[in-house]
Amino acid sequence: MSSAFWQFQTISFFNKTHSERWFLMDFAVISTVLSALTEGFMQTLKLFFITLLGALPLGLIISFGSMNRFAPLRYLCKTLVWIIRGTPLMLQLIIIFYIPGYLFEGGNPWPSGESGRFLAACTAFILNYACYFSEIYRGGIEGVPVGQQEAGQVLGLTKSQVFFKITLLQMIKRILPPISNEVITLVKDTSIARIISMQELIWAGYSFLKGSHGYSGLIWPLFFTGVYYLLFSGLLTILFGKLEKKLSYFK
Amino acid sequence: MSILTVKDIYKNFGRNEILKGISFDMQAGEVLSILGSSGSGKTTLLRCLNFLEKADAGQVYVDDALIFDAKTDKKMTARELRSKQLNFGLVFQNFNLFPQYTAMENVCLAPQLLARENPEYKTHHKEMIEKIREDAASLLERVGLSDKKDFYPSQLSGGQQQRVSIARALALAPKVLFFDEPTSALDPELTGEILNVIRSLAEKDMTMVIVTHEIEFAKNVSDTILFMDKGVVAEQGPAVELIENPKNERTRAFLQSFKR
Ligand SMILES: Nc1ncnc2c1ncn2[C@@H]1O[C@H](COP(=O)(O)OP(=O)(O)OP(=O)(O)O)[C@@H](O)[C@H]1O
Ligand SMILES: [Mg+2]
Repeated sequence: MSSAFWQFQTISFFNKTHSERWFLMDFAVISTVLSALTEGFMQTLKLFFITLLGALPLGLIISFGSMNRFAPLRYLCKTLVWIIRGTPLMLQLIIIFYIPGYLFEGGNPWPSGESGRFLAACTAFILNYACYFSEIYRGGIEGVPVGQQEAGQVLGLTKSQVFFKITLLQMIKRILPPISNEVITLVKDTSIARIISMQELIWAGYSFLKGSHGYSGLIWPLFFTGVYYLLFSGLLTILFGKLEKKLSYFK
Repeated sequence: MSILTVKDIYKNFGRNEILKGISFDMQAGEVLSILGSSGSGKTTLLRCLNFLEKADAGQVYVDDALIFDAKTDKKMTARELRSKQLNFGLVFQNFNLFPQYTAMENVCLAPQLLARENPEYKTHHKEMIEKIREDAASLLERVGLSDKKDFYPSQLSGGQQQRVSIARALALAPKVLFFDEPTSALDPELTGEILNVIRSLAEKDMTMVIVTHEIEFAKNVSDTILFMDKGVVAEQGPAVELIENPKNERTRAFLQSFKR
């Protein structure tokens, strides 16, 4: 056992004066903790939104690729989706962040420090989520009966009119529930970025246990991060529920 | 003068020859029913004529003017194809109404989109849209659905949905209206309302091609019946005569199977 480990144990369990700090919650502590957690949550949110911004359109491109008539492209996309969906996001994140440093002469392509970790996390998350979204899109596109397209064509609509006036809304209605599932999973998945020490919400909560801002052995901030996740995913659940309700006027 | 002339249409799916030289000819106001056993190529023929499928050989004339020739078809632009498509309307077996639009919106959609291409649209769009809505309302009245204008397809019975889809096809004033088994997806008690609508269209001299398994109806409503068998026209003639006195052996066998 390293001495640091013992020191931690001493502080937490055997030293009375320190153990009182376990649940210490005076105003100064609360405001320090909340501001640190909120800062971490901002990083979490940034990763969340950038992932959506990248993965929603990239997923559409991959889904078109996996439905393409050109077989090599189709197989390439399907293989990519298979690999990404078949392995843990955590593994992908570790590979994307650490491996390039070993492969390339010039060393790590990621900028040093937090910005590099953030960039690597965005890359891994966008790639991972794009693959999940692509399958959802594919199901949505293939799920709209061909008869809809044919009815539009017979009525003299152009291809783009058929897509925008007929297919699109039916497709959105179909994909909304699975997309909302994925998006809510993403809220929680952002914490996986902790594995490359990106300073997101869990990292911020854990820092008070480990020692930072002049406090250590503080347990409640770590638990309290759960409140952020709950509130945010709750908000998204309500939002998606409203959207689904808006589209429930047709079947 | 013929309103529609179909000449020697051929269609293969891979190595399966589905249509093997279908020809017929129609006068304005004529009602033609197509009978034939399952798999004889009736749907494929309608799909070829409505440009949903590309025929491998043959020509189609409207008002004696060539609108489709399998040989030169590749040169057609999307715009040309569309303008030719508008000569025809097609009513599908399973309606294919657009679920996100009301009955009224289903009928108005195509005319409204088409009106946008009219050069007068910029200055007169209010009047044009008003006119389209009036026409659509009177079409819905004609098929007996004035009170269902604002209903979504999922709120309508199968028979009502099919009547909306007929109104939708009529809204573009096609020269020839095609029906592909318009009552097959309906409960028997609902077929009557569709057949009545078609009958009333026949009385108004609408030119129609009807693929159907309703032998009695075909005999009563159509001028001509065409019997298809394995991709060819086995027999064609005046409706009553063909049903009561079929000459072709296959036609006889087919009609016999319906009498039981
Ligand atoms: N897209 C397609 N690809 C391959 N074969 C097809 C295709 N469409 C139709 N066929 C085949 O063509 C034949 C004729 O089909 P079609 O639907 O035209 O028959 P039909 O006369 O309309 O029959 P039914 O009375 O059952 O509707 C069938 O054997 C069918 O399997
Ligand atoms: Mg058919």
